[in-house]
Amino acid sequence: MGIEGVGARVARKEDKRFITGGGRYVDDMVVPGMKHAVFVRSPHAHAQIKKIDVKKAQGMPGVVGVLTGKELKADGIGNLICGWMIHSKDGTPMKMGAWSPLAVDKVRYVGDAVVIVVADTKGQARDAAEAVEITYKELKAVVDATKAIQSGAPQVHAEAENNLIFDWELGDGKATDAAIKSAAHVTRMKIVNNRLVPNAMEPRAALGHYDKAEDHYTCWTTSQNPHVARLVMSAFYNVAPENKLRVIAPDVGGGFGSKIYIYPEEIVCLWASKKTGVPVKWVADRTESFLADAHGRDHVSMVEMAFDKDNRITGLKVDTIANLGAYMSLFSSCVPTYLYATLLSGQYNIPAIHANVRTVYTNTAPVDAYRGAGRPEATYLLERTMETAARELGVSPAELRRKNFITSFPHQTPVIMNYDAGDYSASLDAAMKAADYAGFTRRKADAAKRGKLRGIGMSCYIEACGLAPSSAVGSLGAGVGLWESAEVRVNAVGTIEVLTGSHSHGQGHETTFAQLVTQRFGVPIDSVSIVHGDTDKVQMGMGTYGSRSGAVGMSAIAKALDKVEAKAKKIAAHLLEADEGDIVIENGEFKVAGTDKSLPWFQVALAAYTAHNLPAGMEPGLKETAFYDPANFTFPAGCYISEVEIDPETGVTDIIQFVAADDFGNIINPMIVEGQVHGGIAQGIGQALLEGAHYDGSGQLLTASYMDYTMPRAGDLPSFKVSTSNTPCPSNPLGIKGCGEAGAIGSPPAIINAITDALGVVDIAMPASPSTVWSAIRAKK
Amino acid sequence: MSDVSLTVNGKRVSGSAEDRTLLVHFLREHLGLTGTHVGCDTSQCGACVVHVDGRAVKSCTMLAVQASGSTIVTIEGLANGAELHPVQAAFKEHHGLQCGFCTPGMIMTATDMIARHPEGLDEATVRTELEGNICRCTGYHNIVKAILAASQTMAKGSKGKAKQAA
Repeated sequence: MGIEGVGARVARKEDKRFITGGGRYVDDMVVPGMKHAVFVRSPHAHAQIKKIDVKKAQGMPGVVGVLTGKELKADGIGNLICGWMIHSKDGTPMKMGAWSPLAVDKVRYVGDAVVIVVADTKGQARDAAEAVEITYKELKAVVDATKAIQSGAPQVHAEAENNLIFDWELGDGKATDAAIKSAAHVTRMKIVNNRLVPNAMEPRAALGHYDKAEDHYTCWTTSQNPHVARLVMSAFYNVAPENKLRVIAPDVGGGFGSKIYIYPEEIVCLWASKKTGVPVKWVADRTESFLADAHGRDHVSMVEMAFDKDNRITGLKVDTIANLGAYMSLFSSCVPTYLYATLLSGQYNIPAIHANVRTVYTNTAPVDAYRGAGRPEATYLLERTMETAARELGVSPAELRRKNFITSFPHQTPVIMNYDAGDYSASLDAAMKAADYAGFTRRKADAAKRGKLRGIGMSCYIEACGLAPSSAVGSLGAGVGLWESAEVRVNAVGTIEVLTGSHSHGQGHETTFAQLVTQRFGVPIDSVSIVHGDTDKVQMGMGTYGSRSGAVGMSAIAKALDKVEAKAKKIAAHLLEADEGDIVIENGEFKVAGTDKSLPWFQVALAAYTAHNLPAGMEPGLKETAFYDPANFTFPAGCYISEVEIDPETGVTDIIQFVAADDFGNIINPMIVEGQVHGGIAQGIGQALLEGAHYDGSGQLLTASYMDYTMPRAGDLPSFKVSTSNTPCPSNPLGIKGCGEAGAIGSPPAIINAITDALGVVDIAMPASPSTVWSAIRAKK
Repeated sequence: MSDVSLTVNGKRVSGSAEDRTLLVHFLREHLGLTGTHVGCDTSQCGACVVHVDGRAVKSCTMLAVQASGSTIVTIEGLANGAELHPVQAAFKEHHGLQCGFCTPGMIMTATDMIARHPEGLDEATVRTELEGNICRCTGYHNIVKAILAASQTMAKGSKGKAKQAA
């Protein structure tokens, strides 16, 4: 490893612009003639639209357009789609209700977009939006998924009887039932995974620009996957054909899943730009983000875990109800199915697993992938159940886990996944050592003397990253392939541009991707630029989510680098009059092994472009493209331990220490990996202690601002003790597993296991706020 | 409409703005200083922190016209030419940022925090004082590290200057 190569803690190249105010986010974009949009949104969770009167609004100062769903439909703009087909166990396809970008007849959640108002300034658009008169007939709403599937509940979509979207299963039900029947012990729990709001700090935004002269659209949007946005807007929403639509996702201020999806606003801004003849910019305010960004989690599950007399798990039965909100968001259907039930084996040998999942419409914001997406729900369910089982069986939680660990690889689970590599005991040992697990009893006694309740909790998580083998996901219902593309352009002077279909919205690709190139060719990292986020520059790509940019995106780059290296070596061999097999690249030079003959990198690049003296028949230039389709998912895993101290008088939980021991395979930049883990843990602690989206019975979101939804702040968190053990991933050329979601997946059960340990209770609801903890303590007394 | 005159990053600027225009919107839209960000509607997130007459202020809590006559420093004016401010340098060195959206506000808050604590900072103080700034990416771990490091660098720097003066 060089100082700028793979494995080095290289400071980020992209930081310069962010720390000096030079970042370029969508809201920073200004296009000549640009106007500002405000959406009129439904104040009701469920209502019929009887009448929309826009006359008054149209006459307001500065207004250039007030447009409705009827006009949008008349222009042939399509409904939003869900891109992953799931069939119920009876073979019927999922029941997808129509989602118009602007509601036409009915609104289905508070925040449903109904009208777009475009005006000279945002203030004027806001004023005019207030003057739009919409007559609604309110209908009864349902927000709780377990109530929504009962007969007689309000119907969200006519297409889905009893609001049931699909009733799906995975695994062997008979074998699992038999295991439970013959078990020496069965642990049973109800597990609730609370609804969260992703809350990237940059609110969503879109700037649509229709160029009449060219009959061409440009959309600047806060997207994690601009190419997918272009594809979907072209193929399904009839905005424009792909060659007439450019999508740019510039600097994007965090995503966490919420910026994967194609939302109504970007479609409507593009359409409104053509309709009004001006570029149209919309930027969400924070309350709009709470109302209309896709939410995460919201599962209610019943679980039964069976053990034999030696405390080995013999079966796991799970029955889950997942709330998908008012409409099926782009990947909503795969989250509680193939990203959830497939991970229910965790790190454990479980011979029989059966999961049943019912997904349900309610009058709430659509629910889709949020950091971890299905995997946090699986881990929470499994690790809470393991902890409870250890307590019921009277054995150490660590030893119960260790006894059931998978130890030989590859390992085929009963729920599709084939784990390629791992060392779960190593992570467990590392975490227990870092946490001084053995010293906990003493610390608990010390705390008790001070009148405080101490608890310790662990969680051994696994996740599936590097999404994903295209043929595999295709066979499971995905509408897209999940490969990645890369193009490596060596310029005539030897500088290098890497075009990637991955998108960085905080992950540091401009640095880590460049480290890979530096490692390969020995060129200075400053001579390597990473180009991403623009469909006019990068031909095609699938974007960034599911920790796929390292395992899949960088693997594509590695493949393109292989091709560049092969061609460059041919040129060097020709110029050096040596055998191609004798050429080695060292410190930015092509050398003939065993001699002092060499050529600097830039001379070979120049020779490729002057083309004065190339091997016979060789094309000029030095530019290669590669598409990489992964062979398997990757399986990052690890062990998290948290120790908490609770003040029984106030119910306040202090996190005394939080330890993370992760196995991410090979690591490009440890500094960036640690940063990913820190952020993930903070979101997981947020879920466990602070965050929760709450709707009242009428469907009003009670937590729609930072005054009401508790975001983790610096004072709520400790510094984290993180470490990694690296079992290289055998399924991709770089041995990378991915690190983006782990923190958010592993931490909630570690925290709740610690709190329930401290309190001596079986369960406590997330978020375990001071009032919830205080009430649990009182209830026990 | 009201006239607004300010000194921003050392330059006198003036303009006319709607009475309801917030300082943050005046900076972003009238002056093109888009480094100052808007992350919420309730003055909670701190992405819009600038220095007004030497004090950290959330520029979404102040009307542009209220600020008229003030001296403002934004993230664009913090560095000394090509030389980064020690807080900017520390954020980069310690990986105190990921998506970069909260970063300008964090850096402006941190600069003010360090100035208000000439006695030095400890982790607990930094965490308490960051109450008005939300970051979703970093878990604050490296932000806290960066601020503590910058505080030490700046303390050494000012001691050095004091020695030189003596």
